[in-house]
Amino acid sequence: MNYINSDLKVVGTRPVRPDGVDKVTGRAVFSADTRASGMLWGKILRSPHAHARIVSIDTSKAEALKGVYAVITSADFPNIASEEAFVGEGPMNFRDLSCNIMARGKVLYEGHALAAVAAVTPAVAEQALALIAVQYDVLPHVIDVDDAMKDGAPVLHDDMFTAGVNPKPTKASNIAKVVTFKKGDIDAGFAEAEVIFEDSYTTKPVHQAYIEPHACLANYNADGQVTIHASSQGHFMVRAYTAKLLGLDMANIRVNPAEIGGGFGGKTLIYLEPVAVALSRKAGKPVKMQMSREDVFRGSGPTSGASVTVKLGAKKDGTIVAAQQVLKFQAGAFAGSPIGPGCMCGFAMYDIPNVDVLGYDVVSNRPKVAAYRAPGAPISSFAVECAVDDLARKLGMDPLVLREKNAVVNGSKTHYGVSHTNIGFTQVLAATRAHPHWKAPLAEGHGRGLAVGFWFNIGGESSATVHINEDGTVMVATGSPDIGGSRASMGMMTAEVLGVPVSKVRTIVADTASIGFTFLTGGSRVTFATGMAVTQAAEKVVEQLKARAAQTWDIPVDAVEWQDGKAVPAGTNAGAFEPLDLAAIAAKQGRTGGPINAEVSVNAQGAGAGFGAHICDVAVDKETGKVEIVRYTAIQDVGKAIHPSYVEGQIQGGAVQGIGWALSEEYIYNDKGQMDNPGFLDYRCPVASDLPMIEAVLVEVPNPRHPFGARGVGEVPIVPPMAAISNAIKGAIGLRMPDLPMSPPKVRAAIDAAG
Amino acid sequence: MSKSHVTTTINGEAAEFLCETQQTMLDVLRDVVGLTGSKEGCASGDCGACSILVDGTLVCSCLMLGVEAEGKSITTIEGIAQGDQLHPIQQKFLEHAALQCGFCTPGLIVATKALLDENPNPTEIEARYWLAGNLCRCTGYDKVIRAVMDAAAVMRGETV
Amino acid sequence: MPKVVLASGSASLALTGGVTEFEVEATNFRRLILELEKCFPGLGTQVEESMAVAIDGEIYQDAYGAVLRPGSEIVLIPKIGGG
Repeated sequence: MNYINSDLKVVGTRPVRPDGVDKVTGRAVFSADTRASGMLWGKILRSPHAHARIVSIDTSKAEALKGVYAVITSADFPNIASEEAFVGEGPMNFRDLSCNIMARGKVLYEGHALAAVAAVTPAVAEQALALIAVQYDVLPHVIDVDDAMKDGAPVLHDDMFTAGVNPKPTKASNIAKVVTFKKGDIDAGFAEAEVIFEDSYTTKPVHQAYIEPHACLANYNADGQVTIHASSQGHFMVRAYTAKLLGLDMANIRVNPAEIGGGFGGKTLIYLEPVAVALSRKAGKPVKMQMSREDVFRGSGPTSGASVTVKLGAKKDGTIVAAQQVLKFQAGAFAGSPIGPGCMCGFAMYDIPNVDVLGYDVVSNRPKVAAYRAPGAPISSFAVECAVDDLARKLGMDPLVLREKNAVVNGSKTHYGVSHTNIGFTQVLAATRAHPHWKAPLAEGHGRGLAVGFWFNIGGESSATVHINEDGTVMVATGSPDIGGSRASMGMMTAEVLGVPVSKVRTIVADTASIGFTFLTGGSRVTFATGMAVTQAAEKVVEQLKARAAQTWDIPVDAVEWQDGKAVPAGTNAGAFEPLDLAAIAAKQGRTGGPINAEVSVNAQGAGAGFGAHICDVAVDKETGKVEIVRYTAIQDVGKAIHPSYVEGQIQGGAVQGIGWALSEEYIYNDKGQMDNPGFLDYRCPVASDLPMIEAVLVEVPNPRHPFGARGVGEVPIVPPMAAISNAIKGAIGLRMPDLPMSPPKVRAAIDAAG
Repeated sequence: MSKSHVTTTINGEAAEFLCETQQTMLDVLRDVVGLTGSKEGCASGDCGACSILVDGTLVCSCLMLGVEAEGKSITTIEGIAQGDQLHPIQQKFLEHAALQCGFCTPGLIVATKALLDENPNPTEIEARYWLAGNLCRCTGYDKVIRAVMDAAAVMRGETV
Repeated sequence: MPKVVLASGSASLALTGGVTEFEVEATNFRRLILELEKCFPGLGTQVEESMAVAIDGEIYQDAYGAVLRPGSEIVLIPKIGGG
């Protein structure tokens, strides 16, 4: 059924979330809050070198220390074959994942795990780590993406031959893959152009910086049954990868989803769980592990840093006729940056006849990148949206007019071959033009920037159950970790379908043994895909409720309708019966056929792409180079906001992560290839005093593939901020800042250089 | 290694615990006393997720030793609500959807309590600077600040 | 017959010998994969493991049952994930 044009009572309202009280009172149980009887503490030894051969690891002294129960290295893990799997941002190789969580033969970045211990206290575990003697043969390292691509650069993997070039190279290199997308005739396009603009841009790796460090509690029983408590974006993912990396049967692994303290893509893969299980197996006791913040920075995430060039050609009237982009993405120590979506997203907002995009996936001695909100798109769009703005200046056009003129509409064919369907970009641009912020006079010395952004959003596999309790209240269970309020939205959709108040519906996140497979919480998919499963399960329950009422009244089931939470006779011919509400039917469910419930599993397709436009005003302190965000407005097509507050929250949070990426966040390396700022003091995330209110404007163009019209919202908002801010800075001081972050020293240097 | 005996008050109740001298108050709360509402986000005093009140003063419990609790009065997130009655700050965080993952929330609520105890009528700027020691990665702080300002108004008796 | 378009010039082009557009006799996504494998050994497997398809503009990931019409345009693109 479709509720897009229905009169909705619950969906679109703002009830208090069902897990809210636990979270404001400190009672919510996150991964690090769990304990087990007889538990040990696990700790990981990490490489101090950016690149080195492991000559030997002597664990004997650590093993001999009182209170140490297990010490493991890669020798305790199966040496698994190369096999591609699909992780958050794209294909990932299980052999690489195994070598990433426990180095085999070589360490490839500072912070790379190479041994682990389990001991009675964290302090004893730390002492044991210090007793592990590792002999390294230190190798030359490479950090920067352009350096890593050069001939003669230290090669990380001697079996890496660039994929995507013909013929296959004979020499190993750090370029894992080359990707190209072509549309039309790029040379003819530039020949036709009357105005050409070209520039180069760089971005730094930034960490997802979820406040909760990775943590887990694992128990390997003598009979081979494993229990894991872990915070992740997908407990089925934790089960699958742990099974794979340790060669265990999935039926022997039960993963309980702890509350998750932020992920943003960074918890779509695993680091600790197989290590904790291996330690537990060796020690014969449960093992708890948690990363320090330093471990999180050095050993997990971040997203790619990149080097990008953009060339645009346009007619004098502003029609863009040619667009070219070259993107070089850092993958970290193993192949697999989000180069594919990076190549696809930059020009996805524009209808351009001739496009040529070339992307490189490049390894270097950094932690392997993990997905981060709309992986690849923010980097690509930063470059494109700066270039589009400068093209507008060169053309003497208003930047919004230029974007309106070239914007994609339904049916526009992108350079990656897909035609946009059911998109709301036109409506987003109209809302931008109409917004008071766009029309507001600009204060003296301030600059205003605009940028737009796109993300695909995904669907995929989800399972949900709806149970009717004996008193007519309702339980909903799904397999999707609740990372930002999804219990609320799942409960609201159920309540809407059943016609009951949301307070009568309680939603839980079920463990891997208690519900059907559910793909991880990522790709902005939960409200869409899991929401679809929940809605269908609730509809199946309604069918049963109608059948039970029909039985009670002894009339045909098609003579019963479900209205406002009650079974009613369908018209006067059906007979005159008092309506039966959920509680009345539930009270007799035993007599009418047994418990009323439904489980639905879907593989949801047609997620519905998202578009956003951000307007940003800045003030630049010319003395210090500090950029202050004065006003910020984020406009986005959200399809249908199930719980508008949490939709706004996604947009505000995404925009602020983008502001951090733009102005202050970066990995800083010394000449030994070691990260110099692995803490929140020096890795500078935005804090409350850095920011104004972030106005989120919800544009609702329903996605016809979702019962309520929802489309993903969590990722789009991190795409526009970097360019919006760079464009605003250009407006304020007349200078283009093409390199992120646009931190005070860089802005000041640019002002000085300009005289 | 002999442990130290500490006599203190936690959330209004007399409390005693044994701890190692190098153990932080955060580790003592979480691993010895069993109050896990205070969170470890950084263990270096930068994120504020472990915020507690010590004799009414806002402290990162990861930067305080357990033995320093001797003779003090400690308030953690578990002590903010009165029985089943949520504190207005907690209520406003819920109403304004000022949390997403909820991991930084205990620290933010304790820090807000300290702010409003000291300054019942803060400006938005004052609230933003006071809470600058509490990192939140999900919300962008917009709804957090709205919740704080609204809670302050309620506590002053201006609105409900 | 539905028309298949290779949008990305990554590894798939090596499998098709540089051919970027061709027609395939198939009425659903599963048959398409089998036919691709028959015409260009390795391509069906690659599509199944690491690619998504856009059928008449709409993106499908691993959905065997998705219906193809005689004039459908099927674009092979890298699989999309997300954060």
